[in-house]
Amino acid sequence: MGLKKLDKLKVITHLAALAPLVYLFVNAFQNQLGADPIREIMRRTGRDALVLLVITLAVGPVRNIFGLARVGRLRRTIGLYTFLYVSVHFLTFAGLDFRFNFNLIKEGVLEKPFALVGFSAFLLLIPLAITSTNRWVRRLGKNWKRLHRVIYLVAALDILHFLWQAKAKALWREPLMYGALIVFLILLRLPAVKKRVSKIGSLGTGPNED
Amino acid sequence: MKKLKSLEITPEKIYLSRRKFLAGVGAVAAGLIISSGCESVNKVLEEDSPPPKSPLTGASKDELGNRLTSFKNITTYNNFYEFTTEKEVAGVARDFKTRPWTVRVSGQVRKEKTFAIEDILARFKTEERIYRMRSVEGWSMVIPWLGFPLAKLLSEVEPTSKAKYVKFISLRDPERMPGQKNLSFDWPYAEGLRLDEALNELTILSTGLYGKQLRPQNGAPLRLVIPWKYGFKSIKSIVEIELVEKRPVSFWMKSTPNEYGFFANVNPDVSHPRWSQTTERRIGEFERRPTHLFNGYEEEVSQMYKNLDLRLNF
Repeated sequence: MGLKKLDKLKVITHLAALAPLVYLFVNAFQNQLGADPIREIMRRTGRDALVLLVITLAVGPVRNIFGLARVGRLRRTIGLYTFLYVSVHFLTFAGLDFRFNFNLIKEGVLEKPFALVGFSAFLLLIPLAITSTNRWVRRLGKNWKRLHRVIYLVAALDILHFLWQAKAKALWREPLMYGALIVFLILLRLPAVKKRVSKIGSLGTGPNED
Repeated sequence: MKKLKSLEITPEKIYLSRRKFLAGVGAVAAGLIISSGCESVNKVLEEDSPPPKSPLTGASKDELGNRLTSFKNITTYNNFYEFTTEKEVAGVARDFKTRPWTVRVSGQVRKEKTFAIEDILARFKTEERIYRMRSVEGWSMVIPWLGFPLAKLLSEVEPTSKAKYVKFISLRDPERMPGQKNLSFDWPYAEGLRLDEALNELTILSTGLYGKQLRPQNGAPLRLVIPWKYGFKSIKSIVEIELVEKRPVSFWMKSTPNEYGFFANVNPDVSHPRWSQTTERRIGEFERRPTHLFNGYEEEVSQMYKNLDLRLNF
């Protein structure tokens, strides 16, 4: 019974995480991405990646506050989907837009601060994705957790990337909203805050299953 | 330690599916590359379909042989922050009323005048001008404008010797232009040209495109078109033209002075912190094209800048 429930949750997670990508492909093949399809792909995959990153960061607090151990197991899956969307985002830039033309990509990445920041976030995610397997978790022991704290740096770079690509401050509302959400989720992890909210959660849900 | 425990108990089945998942990432990457190939095929197919033609002149290409951008793309994809910061301006601007409309021409002139838009349409004979339009954002179009040289309008008001620059101002009416409710911008939109740029034969005031009246999203009822400068210089929905002694400060210069200068001439050698200026994506195409100095109008305009350092005066 327990395993069945867990599978259902996993299946839903996979479907939900893949939906935007499938929708993007459907739109692409029906030529419904507007006048500038590459820009539209960049915008959508960028936003999807950020949403998934926020959800990844929310898994821990949600598990702790509501005492839902099952939710905790989804973190790796969602984290890997974040990496998938970031990869598609980067490959659209490098492959679709600049046709893997190294000089143009170099100009595009190195001369534009916002792109450099986004590219750094992508590079930092690679070791996290590679070490996401159980074998790596065991092999790295305590260091695994240390390494995976890099995700906070990635989140900060991502918000900076989003802010910086905006043409004017008037367009900062959306990235700032995500930024605030990330700061809130990080605050929930501070030991002092964590203790308090965990208590609140455990009152309603009984002993922590973890 | 507690957290690690929860990870360790992941069943083998899921652990294996994760590996498949990682392989999937690679597969999608490959898929993307293949789809980019598909798009090249699309491009070929597109070129086989009948190219867009101007209903007025039957022209389908500019003087360099570039195909016209479709009417649909020109009228559904552009910037007009007075309505929205999104590219889909058409829907928001649909009910924008462009009558009554007047354009005041004042400042360092002998005959200050206020034109009703009907007067302008009646008095100045319009002609079709097929121009390339390069956005500072790295995309471009080829547009069959309908318009007349700005010089013709300026000659009617007789600029004085003190007139060195021309300042243009768009309509400010947040009720009709909802984007102006965003107060982080300094409305109204303003632009400026040096007098010689304003008098250049290429500079036109446009009242239409593809043989039809301008749509609200494209700057109805009257807009400027300066084909050798980035698109944002071609100010839309003009209500005021003022001849002035001092260099005007434009909307974007005020908003982001380190990124936007007064001249904004298309120049692949002057980089922008956000977008590639060495190449551009022509709307309707997938492969990037090289961007040319002065958007390919070097012959017509370069003499105006021969004593100017284009890097400093970007």
